[in-house]
Amino acid sequence: MTTNAIIQIIAYMAALLALSWPLGAYMARVFEGKPCGLNRVLGPVERLIYRICGIDPEREMDWKTYALALLVFSAAGIVLLYLQQRFQAVLPLNPDGLPAVAPDLALNTAVSFSTNTNWQNYAGESTMSYLTQMMGLAVHNFISPAVGICVLLALIRGLTRRQTANLGNFWVDLLRGVLYLLLPLSCVLALALVWQGAPQTFAKAAKATILEPAAYDNPVTDADGQPVKDADGKPTTEPATMTEQVISLGPVASQQAIMTLGTNGGGFFNANASHPFENPTPLSNFLNMLAILVIPVGLLFTYGAMVGDKRQGRSLLAAMGSVLLVLLVVCVFAEQGGNPQFTALGVDQQAAEGAAAQAGGNMEGKEARFGVVDSALFASVTTATSCGAVNSMHDSFTPLGGLIPMWLIQLGEVIFGGVGSGLYGMIVFAIVAVFVAGLMVGRTPEYLGKKIEPFETKMASLVILIPPFLALLGTAAAVATQAKTAIGNPGAHGFSEILYAFSSMANNNGSAFAGLSGNTLFYNLVGALAMFAGRFWLAVPTLAIAGSLAAKKIVPQGEGTLPTHTPLFIALLVSVVAVVGALTFFPALALGPIAEHLALLR
Amino acid sequence: MFKTSLSQCRPAVVMLLVLTVLTGLAYPSLVAGLAHILFPRQAEGSLIEKDGVIVGSEFIGQPFSGDGYFWSRPSATSPNPYNASSSGGSNLGPANEDLLKSAADRAQAFRKANGGAQAPVDMVTASASGLDPHITPAAALAQAPRVAAGRGLPEEAVRGLVLSKVEGRQLGILGEPRVNVLALNMALDLLAVKK
Repeated sequence: MTTNAIIQIIAYMAALLALSWPLGAYMARVFEGKPCGLNRVLGPVERLIYRICGIDPEREMDWKTYALALLVFSAAGIVLLYLQQRFQAVLPLNPDGLPAVAPDLALNTAVSFSTNTNWQNYAGESTMSYLTQMMGLAVHNFISPAVGICVLLALIRGLTRRQTANLGNFWVDLLRGVLYLLLPLSCVLALALVWQGAPQTFAKAAKATILEPAAYDNPVTDADGQPVKDADGKPTTEPATMTEQVISLGPVASQQAIMTLGTNGGGFFNANASHPFENPTPLSNFLNMLAILVIPVGLLFTYGAMVGDKRQGRSLLAAMGSVLLVLLVVCVFAEQGGNPQFTALGVDQQAAEGAAAQAGGNMEGKEARFGVVDSALFASVTTATSCGAVNSMHDSFTPLGGLIPMWLIQLGEVIFGGVGSGLYGMIVFAIVAVFVAGLMVGRTPEYLGKKIEPFETKMASLVILIPPFLALLGTAAAVATQAKTAIGNPGAHGFSEILYAFSSMANNNGSAFAGLSGNTLFYNLVGALAMFAGRFWLAVPTLAIAGSLAAKKIVPQGEGTLPTHTPLFIALLVSVVAVVGALTFFPALALGPIAEHLALLR
Repeated sequence: MFKTSLSQCRPAVVMLLVLTVLTGLAYPSLVAGLAHILFPRQAEGSLIEKDGVIVGSEFIGQPFSGDGYFWSRPSATSPNPYNASSSGGSNLGPANEDLLKSAADRAQAFRKANGGAQAPVDMVTASASGLDPHITPAAALAQAPRVAAGRGLPEEAVRGLVLSKVEGRQLGILGEPRVNVLALNMALDLLAVKK
């Protein structure tokens, strides 16, 4: 690790805490319905929307109604987004004349964006019209994190209220999340990104006459657009010269802002946040990384405030933070080490300061302005949360450097996780942790004064076991039937690509080992199923836990109560998360990145 | 259960449409409006004009491979390098034979062109976007003798030009030191004309 790596990590952590602390307090006011400042301006808008929608904001819902509202709303979102893609060719704001999206790809994308996954089996700039990007994809970037917050709020109310069925009103929680939290933050971040160089325009792609014409080999295609192959079955090429550069533009900054703030990750361009227009400078990169974690970390402070015991939020923060810190240091270290096979080729990978400075390390699939440190830091942050935006290509990471993002996803997206979903996932893990502790000492487990009984434990087990089940089953199905068609790299690395893909989809992350060509019928359909189940099959049991807890009394703390704010509990919680994640995925990881690491050292 | 679902349909559909207008139309339009007032050049892609013709964008790299220009990083976009309407990296794994072969070829080509100088790693690896506008100062300085010879300029002048174009870490700590290749080569053209 270079000195600058340590400085950047510390600066990032410090800025993150400084921003998320006040944001957490602000969010607590927003979601408890107290005046938050912005309500003076936006209050009339909020009330007008309730009237148009026929919503009585005072009317509370039980867990089943809350879950149904959530499901009906999400289903409507999926249908609308599907139709927008299918009809984009005849809709306005399509200056580059892009055709309708294929049905299976449109379904995959619709599910992907509504589940906060943002897995992308397409290249944005050459597939989606400006209208689809703005009024389809970006809309889901707002509503899917807001839905995550809704489930979290219901769970918190279940923990704090006693002997009631009421868990709040889904529509109120949803609208307040969008109106008072996501929209204002996005406006500020989007303008900061434009300042740094991200475009925000409705003009079509610009044409530039480049300084030096470049010769390249152009693949020959036949009348159907299929590559022509020579006698050996290799695609043939013809010499061509590039004199002009077509520069894709669009309303990039607005979408980039919400893609990181909402832990969405669906980029405007194929190269995502590595594209110089999405992430033009190191400062824009720093802001993007802060945006990814500021709401998940802020919600921990909100949680402490709403349960009336700030230590509860801080203990979860300590658990999550310690896991992230350890893993991201490993990732930086692995990438700085570079590619051992390059040394023999006479390539200089040594980091250097001074006039002839270079970042060094493994630079394949990384940008010069970010180097190794910002790339590894971003990769860890984006996979610890369920964001999935990338500023470097994870597929080209060293085996151990690539193992870190993959394992952070496989831990169940609870190391901060998605907006809302990460914290409700972690609270469920906390319930399992107190259950395990209860088994050890033979007492009825309780969490925040609520008795944890068989029903909660069953539902918690579902939440914890479904994502690994989906990830491993999907991987097995793909390896058995599709292995030869989609992978971009041979050997153990090809297996890693498939394992990463299903881990990412089942846990709603959305990043990829992007050498995998996922735009096939199999990956589109099975992937859509994994993303759908990985989101809603977790949200519904979580709401069921909330409903069951809300109906219970709060028991006073006794001698047998395990306090849930102590270092002992933090260690227990981290162990439960790590053991579940390690035991479930170690055999698969051994076949992928670990095998590749050993082979590379040979 | 069915009745409850039905009663949630109207709020669901209307709320979806309202939020589509609010976040999908009002929000990007507001940002675009403010962006054009506050940062009009960036909002349109920071395009660079020379003699009334657009020659590129400040943030988008271009391919350079002649002796008289500083080379850019390798680009994996298809079909041509630095295709700014189809961004992307190579996605080759670290042990992939294709990666090792192209890295070996690029390292050799770099050595040959630059008087045996060892290739800095950024000059043998494809960037993530395929549009990386920058190279490291190390990579730029290693090319200075070749470019000076190609242009018939004194080597010291070219080295000085490179050093004047080095951008340090932002705010002193963020990112990595780097040189914008298009800006450097345009400045080089100016220097050559003045000579």
